[in-house]
Amino acid sequence: MKALRNFLDKIKPQFEKGAKFGIFGSSFEAFESFLFVSNKVTSKGSHIRDSIDMKRTMSVVVIALIPALLFGMWNVGYQHFLSLGEHADFWATFWFGFLKVFPIIVVCYVVGLGIEFAFAQVRGHEVNEGFLVTGMIIPLILPPEIPLWMVAVATAFAVIIGKEVFGGTGMNILNPALTARTFLFFAYPSNMSGDKVWIAEKADAFSGATPLGDALVGNIDKIPSPLEMFIGNIPGSIGETSVIAILIGAFILLYTGAGSWRIMFSVVLGGLVMGWIFNLCAINEYMQIPAWEHLIMGGFAFGAVFMATDPVTASQTTKGKIIYGFLIGLLAVLIRVINPAYPEGMMLAILFMNVFAPLIDHYVIEANIKKRLKRAKKLIKI
Amino acid sequence: MNSEKNEREPLFSFKNRKLLLNPLNKDNPITIQVLGICSALAVTAKLEPAFVMALSVIAVLAISNVIISLLRNGIPPRIRIIVQLVVIASLVILVDQFLKAFVFDVSKQLSVFVGLIITNCIIMGRLEAFAMGNKPWPAFLDGMGNAFGYGWILIVVAFFRELLGSGTIWGYPVFDKLGLYDVGYKNNGFMILPPMALIIVGIIIWIQRARNKDLIEEK
Repeated sequence: MKALRNFLDKIKPQFEKGAKFGIFGSSFEAFESFLFVSNKVTSKGSHIRDSIDMKRTMSVVVIALIPALLFGMWNVGYQHFLSLGEHADFWATFWFGFLKVFPIIVVCYVVGLGIEFAFAQVRGHEVNEGFLVTGMIIPLILPPEIPLWMVAVATAFAVIIGKEVFGGTGMNILNPALTARTFLFFAYPSNMSGDKVWIAEKADAFSGATPLGDALVGNIDKIPSPLEMFIGNIPGSIGETSVIAILIGAFILLYTGAGSWRIMFSVVLGGLVMGWIFNLCAINEYMQIPAWEHLIMGGFAFGAVFMATDPVTASQTTKGKIIYGFLIGLLAVLIRVINPAYPEGMMLAILFMNVFAPLIDHYVIEANIKKRLKRAKKLIKI
Repeated sequence: MNSEKNEREPLFSFKNRKLLLNPLNKDNPITIQVLGICSALAVTAKLEPAFVMALSVIAVLAISNVIISLLRNGIPPRIRIIVQLVVIASLVILVDQFLKAFVFDVSKQLSVFVGLIITNCIIMGRLEAFAMGNKPWPAFLDGMGNAFGYGWILIVVAFFRELLGSGTIWGYPVFDKLGLYDVGYKNNGFMILPPMALIIVGIIIWIQRARNKDLIEEK
């Protein structure tokens, strides 16, 4: 550790502005603060600097994603051997899934970070840390059979059009990971939906439909039992299937304060309310399934915990967060049950509310100003 | 020959050249003035309809600019919009009939968008802003310039959308001949949807502004 620190200190002057490698200054800064806690000191004014900078917060989210990732790897292998009718031991299963999932992660990080570094160099700002999380989430919300070049194209699109054109991390309107998924969903529908893509190298005779896919075409009796959906040994996007793994992640996020409990809670509430409304006026079997079952189907849990809570694209105000989350849950269940073109509504619901988040904040703040103005006027009268 | 005529400016004076060339880049109707976006999104899924649309707009805008410029002193100001609309509408009907007669397939693809040239903001904008106050020749150049400025954006957008969305250029299967499909390439279905046209126009604006420093607003 000490040697590394000394080495970094030795080469640091060469990366300062105007020095030999000045143009790579932001890359150097990125690596340095990735390896060590930032030792930056504020020179003007009295600002308090916390050593928990954005990189540390992002690391917490990445750690919270790991249970879902590991389970996803195992499940990719499990589904594969299940569809072939073979039996493999735990490590063989996991290894198969690892070989499927790991390349997707590598492609995501190489393409995404490559673009991030290039933009940082050209624009002369620091490398944004946001991609550490985005690059981990993108593989988790894709089907295991996705071709790698598609992952690369979608990641590039998400980083450039979804994020950099708005000014980089912290300025983006839409969640970049979901932008990547939406891009793939509309660009290559045959690789992103249907019942062929959710199981890696599946046997042809085996039905690979996800619970949502089954529910939408009316095969309600084919939906796996709630216990299976809760554990997650069902076909689906790599990281979305296991509610247990996601709950562990949610616990880490909430314990460290990296994710907002208000958003998670209100998304769940919104989903329950919409499911309950459907139960009341059910005209088909899909509408009759218990409201709580929506919470463990498809990507609802994953979206609620990891994507709705993205601090950049969510509402910032306390009241706004609750409205934002509630509407996400509501819309997700609404889209999924009513619209036959989109089996999973979570993706579109979150993106839709991302767009509305600034508006919600605006009105929450306006209302607060009005309330306080009223109070102030009352005081003046007295 | 009186002396006044001898002093008139040459056909392609500096001012007139600017009328023709500025709309192509620095004053582009689509990327800078952000007019005529609707048709730019709707007809650019393929190169051929985009090209025909560009030609139609060039014809309508250049001719209507000249006609309005000739009539400009006789048009009562209070009903000028109606007069402009009558001129545009007649020209659009002519173009529509012409397309139906000679390139029926393309005319079918363009469907309502030929008729909607009437509402293209660029045309009304140029008539109002330029033809009502200028002589026919500059008005003609201005019309040509703006229509070409509109047209080249349409064709660039359509080129990328057709190439990446359908794998063809003007109907010729480029990617198929190159053998890209055999190695697992797939057409990008998103390219055929209108939102992608908006994103491509956005990218053109981005490149244009990055190259022209005087287009960048001060902070």
